[in-house]
Amino acid sequence: MYAQMIKSEATQDDPEKLAAFQARIDAGEKIEPKDWMPEGYRKTLIRQIGQHAHSEIVGQLPEGNWITRAPTLERKAILLAKVQDEAGHGLYLYCAAETLGVSRDEITEMLLDGRMKYSSIFNYPTLNWADIGAVGWLVDGAAIMNQVPLQRTSFGPYSRAMIRICKEESFHQRQGYDAIRKMAEGTPAQKKMAQDALNRLWYPSLMMFGPSDKDSVHSAQSMAWKIKMNTNDELRQKFVDQTVPQAEYLGLTVPDPDLKWNEERGHYDYSDPDWSEFFDVIKGNGPCNVDRLAARNKAWDDGEWVRDGLLAHAKKKAARKVAAE
Amino acid sequence: MKNEWPLWEIFIRGQHGMSHRHVGSLHAPDAEMAIKNARDVYTRRNEGVSIWVVEANNISASSPSDKGPLYEPSESKVYRHPTFFDIPDEVGAM
Ligand SMILES: [Fe+2]
Ligand SMILES: [Fe+2]
Repeated sequence: MYAQMIKSEATQDDPEKLAAFQARIDAGEKIEPKDWMPEGYRKTLIRQIGQHAHSEIVGQLPEGNWITRAPTLERKAILLAKVQDEAGHGLYLYCAAETLGVSRDEITEMLLDGRMKYSSIFNYPTLNWADIGAVGWLVDGAAIMNQVPLQRTSFGPYSRAMIRICKEESFHQRQGYDAIRKMAEGTPAQKKMAQDALNRLWYPSLMMFGPSDKDSVHSAQSMAWKIKMNTNDELRQKFVDQTVPQAEYLGLTVPDPDLKWNEERGHYDYSDPDWSEFFDVIKGNGPCNVDRLAARNKAWDDGEWVRDGLLAHAKKKAARKVAAE
Repeated sequence: MKNEWPLWEIFIRGQHGMSHRHVGSLHAPDAEMAIKNARDVYTRRNEGVSIWVVEANNISASSPSDKGPLYEPSESKVYRHPTFFDIPDEVGAM
């Protein structure tokens, strides 16, 4: 998902305190920043929320790429609003992470020097306008699958950030579906572009949910702590079940020859993505990893004089005010 | 890198007649910019008619461990609730 392969930190806390903490979570209570929490809970959450935040921010790059080249002024305004929302999502989540005792600069630096990750999906390129439609439809669609249950997560600030985010996500998915629908219903050349976008983005979207449950070793503790609400495969199945009819409506073919409805299970059977590709992208070898990190580093470095200048100005103004009093 | 902008807590009045409610936080160099940023981050869909910003380190909060001593005294005073009193039906609305 936006947070993939989050390793739960081991916890070496007083067993009595741990039991009381778990009881609070089991009773559905929210944990707030000043409450006692196991060190492992805190560390795992910083990593998970941080990775989620970084994904929102890095995720602006593939879409921002098309703002100036949107086909109409209306599409441009919509895409701009969508990308602006993602900046807000990043901010809500960074603020939630900061309540756990990490500073904004620290967490930013960890992204910039590669110590923290962002979702594998944003290391794929957006080659043409059809990809922008497909990203809204599939990528935001997959994000929603994961974010809706996370509204019930045990950590208060994370849960509240998720509630705000979910309110905005449905616009993202709908504008994407609307954009790709225009193409699927357009000229044969446009329809071909829509199909090509689906072909390229289908498996990377399935990868967003993280490795298959049988290879996902860190889930149990996170699920007990309610910072992971569903298994990777559960969410992936839900996404496939929801998306296949949407593709059918568009007259597009999901690029999986083994995809078929399984009457007995009440779900679609589908092929797993190529997991070796997934692990390779995570390791830094996807098509855009280098570009994405370079863009974030450049934005941070280029913005330094603005951050410093505004702060210097604010301090001067405050000093002048004190002097006048 | 060491020049991190201070953290501000943001309170928004959603509609006329309502109280301001805490909606989240953000970093800004000063109050004026905090309000501008809050406008962009927290009211993109008409969520507010008024914004308060308070620098986070100016907020004092009760601590979770005080929970007992702070709130226990009110638990035993059930007579503070109107439902504590039986009023005969004949008396009418009260
Ligand atoms: Fe988002
Ligand atoms: Fe989104």
